[in-house]
Amino acid sequence: MRYETVIGLEIHVELDTKSKIFCSCPTTFGKPANTNTCPICTGLPGTLPVLNEKVVELAVKSGKALNCDINLINKFDRKNYFYPDLPKAYQISQFDLPICIGGYIDISLEKMNKRIGITRIHIEEDAGKLIHDTYDPISLIDYNRTGVPLVEIVSEPDMRSPEEAIVFLKNLKSILEYAEISDCKMEEGSLRCDANISIRPMGQKELNTKVEIKNMNSFKEIHKALIKEEKRQIELYSFGEGEKIVQETRKWDSAKGRTISMRSKEDAHDYRYFPDPDLSVVKIEKTNVISIQEAIPELPQEKRVRFINKFDLDEKDVDILIDDKKLADFFEELINLETPAKDASNWIIVEILRVMNAKELKSIPIDAKRLSNLISIIDRGVISRTIGREVFDELIISDQSPKEIIEKKGLTQINETSKLLGIIEKVLDNHEKAITDFREGSPRALDFLVGQVMAQTKGRANPSETRKIIEEKIEIIN
Amino acid sequence: MKKIIEMSIEEIKEAYAMKTLKVSQVLEAYFDQIKKYDDKIKAFISLREEEAIKEAKILDEHLEKGELSGLLAGIPVAVKDNISTKDLKTTCASKMLEDYQPPYDATIVKKLKAAGAIIIGKTNMDEFAMGSSTENSAMFTTKNPWDYSKVPGGSSGGSAAALAAGFAPLTIGSDTGGSIRQPASFCSVVGLKPSYHRVSRFGLIAFASSLDQIGPFTRTIKDSALALKVLQGKDPLDDTSKESSNIDYFESIDQPIYKMKIGVPKEFLSEGLDSEIKENIVKTMEELRKLGAQVEEFSLPISDAGLSAYYIISSAEASSNLARYDGIRYGYRPEDYKDTDDLMLKARTEGFGKEVKRRIMLGTYTLSSGYYDAYYNKAMKFRSKITDTFKKAFETYDVILSPTSPILPFGIGEKTSDPLEMYLADIYTVNINVAGLPALAMPSGFSKDGLPMGIQLIGDHFDESKLFQVGNHLEKKIKVKDIFPKLEVK
Repeated sequence: MRYETVIGLEIHVELDTKSKIFCSCPTTFGKPANTNTCPICTGLPGTLPVLNEKVVELAVKSGKALNCDINLINKFDRKNYFYPDLPKAYQISQFDLPICIGGYIDISLEKMNKRIGITRIHIEEDAGKLIHDTYDPISLIDYNRTGVPLVEIVSEPDMRSPEEAIVFLKNLKSILEYAEISDCKMEEGSLRCDANISIRPMGQKELNTKVEIKNMNSFKEIHKALIKEEKRQIELYSFGEGEKIVQETRKWDSAKGRTISMRSKEDAHDYRYFPDPDLSVVKIEKTNVISIQEAIPELPQEKRVRFINKFDLDEKDVDILIDDKKLADFFEELINLETPAKDASNWIIVEILRVMNAKELKSIPIDAKRLSNLISIIDRGVISRTIGREVFDELIISDQSPKEIIEKKGLTQINETSKLLGIIEKVLDNHEKAITDFREGSPRALDFLVGQVMAQTKGRANPSETRKIIEEKIEIIN
Repeated sequence: MKKIIEMSIEEIKEAYAMKTLKVSQVLEAYFDQIKKYDDKIKAFISLREEEAIKEAKILDEHLEKGELSGLLAGIPVAVKDNISTKDLKTTCASKMLEDYQPPYDATIVKKLKAAGAIIIGKTNMDEFAMGSSTENSAMFTTKNPWDYSKVPGGSSGGSAAALAAGFAPLTIGSDTGGSIRQPASFCSVVGLKPSYHRVSRFGLIAFASSLDQIGPFTRTIKDSALALKVLQGKDPLDDTSKESSNIDYFESIDQPIYKMKIGVPKEFLSEGLDSEIKENIVKTMEELRKLGAQVEEFSLPISDAGLSAYYIISSAEASSNLARYDGIRYGYRPEDYKDTDDLMLKARTEGFGKEVKRRIMLGTYTLSSGYYDAYYNKAMKFRSKITDTFKKAFETYDVILSPTSPILPFGIGEKTSDPLEMYLADIYTVNINVAGLPALAMPSGFSKDGLPMGIQLIGDHFDESKLFQVGNHLEKKIKVKDIFPKLEVK
């Protein structure tokens, strides 16, 4: 039998605000434990929440960027449960009236276009973090993250493969980054994803029992976990043991490469949601929604189309640039500095990504001005592209300008015929066989001779000039 | 001259202005009284004598130079022990918070300090403000200064008893379903539950967030108006607080009330009401008529539904508000526990008293899925109905008059075995919280056995000024404000 996979995602995204959702503590990541806290976010008796209005603005923005409708009347609800990382023993969230409903993201996979629905987006506060000591039987709690604003984005079960889920997530991430809603740093937990997955026979309409998977910390892990769970369920169905698939939450164990049952539906919490009496109803003006929507910067889809149309770039290259907002922004910076589009895109995709991958860098290691400067030096023929790469490697570790590096290292290209002539003659004297080969019609012999000159000059010889002189010389000798 | 401990705030302020009294003298008089009688009455959970005397001395220097400023400059004040005071224990009269010291001052504590008041101590209450007698305090039961065998009422019983016993000219309480008004009546003092939204709750340890309000106990109506002026106002730290309107209480307080229409709900005078209290209400209606007001009975059909709605909403909110006491970060922690769940379970089982646990369970039940609609949602619907019913009544009446409690101060231990009977005693007060209205409880006489009786004046939302106006005139007619309990040391 052929099976179909059904996947829906729940994504928690930390909103990019300076202060927390209900107090004025900063949201900076990585501070010493419990330093970004106050009596309010640690839920001391008698304290009360006051809503940070920026949160509503960013949530509306996320809704508009994901094509949702906005609920203009908003209330907050308490989700009650006991856990040491939740100091009030309830999380302030939105239950039956989420701020955004009914949106979508368009994705394309192997040239197929598809629309994935967004069920809802709601606002809530983040919880703290438990830190378990490996050797001592104790746990410590860091409340720095408590009260950091989140939106929870819930998708429709519209994805049919782990690959679709990953493309959806990548698109979502870049939209949120482009719209400056979140920095989406998965390694810092500012974008976290849980997945609901079920399997059904191809053609069946009803959904089968779904399993929720948690604890996946990167796109790679999500992909692995989904493939593994997909396989597990298909195997159970194939062996007629479908009843063993129960509605439960399973935890992804990345070290062991498998999912482990955490809790079944019967152990599910009764969260006893009710409207938070400490917070008044938030009314959003329609005009505000419009102005928030208008202020959304160009989103990845539009940018992609513009790059392709305006700059005549290869679609694959554009995808690489668009995928990472940093790269796209950097590309535009180079364009603004009048760098030719082709050069800008090549340098980013070849050189910058090479260095970033090799050094595992999160940010671009050079500023646009210096790179654009280097590119224009190459275009003017002062140095060759090969030498340019050498200068580039130097640029990212020093403060010097391209010109200073070129001068210091004596890397200027040799363009003058007079300077090249002597070196070429010497090379020709030593390689009579190559000359013969060339005359007999082997173009590679010419490449070889140019290469020799380049080697002699440590790459500084102007390659096209060198080629021209060699051709002329051989003709003369002839 | 009048004894210091029997003076109103107004009288003490006058004495400061005339320089016939010094702040330290006043403080000394109150602390002397406390030392003499609080062993017996047990109104205070903690005292703050040394710092208070120091502050008094500083204020005396200002007084000397004629620079004493602030609406409550040099006035000693005792605060209910569920209102957060920086560096001073705030226990909620619970084993759970026995050693809890807040790192911050409640907004109203800041306001009192800014107005020049001197905090002298924290008063006893029913645990987490749940109760009507202080018998639910995990510390001890406060005694009624008028009769030591009787309860002072609750939950703000400590603050009411402290005022009646002459321990302070101003005390602060909180009122969720009658917790200021009922003890005020039991102790023959003035107690005000302001409109919801008028006084910041920031720092008040929550019982039921949508019902809780902080308010003052005073000897006189004018003192109450003065205290409210200090306490009220929008607080950026409390989203439910609002900018006060109609705040010129003193402009209208002496104006005649002969144009006013005062309604008395029939339902509040029906069965279950003590006959002496009923007589007292009838007499009060007469006094109001003598003052020229138009007084009549009318139907306000809410009381039964109101009591149920109140207990469902308040318990639901309490179950959530009190969930944070898990023994993890502060508060009571058991000595032995197996794991985190066991720690939380034991902390809550051992740290909370019976009544608190009863309400947490009740609230948890009413919020549970499958029961939510039948209880919480239904109660919330009743709530808007009750609010509408009152709103309609205020289209006709300026002020509503009713008894505060259907019963006289009862004996210590008399009602502890039947919680339901205790809940029924809140029948006249809870609806006011459910509707978010202001209500002023004031002394209205004594029973044959010499026990205090009180009435409550209910106003439209943010219409405290009318309550003060009516109360002020009535106070002059009823003439009980200068009667003090005869305290005994034994």
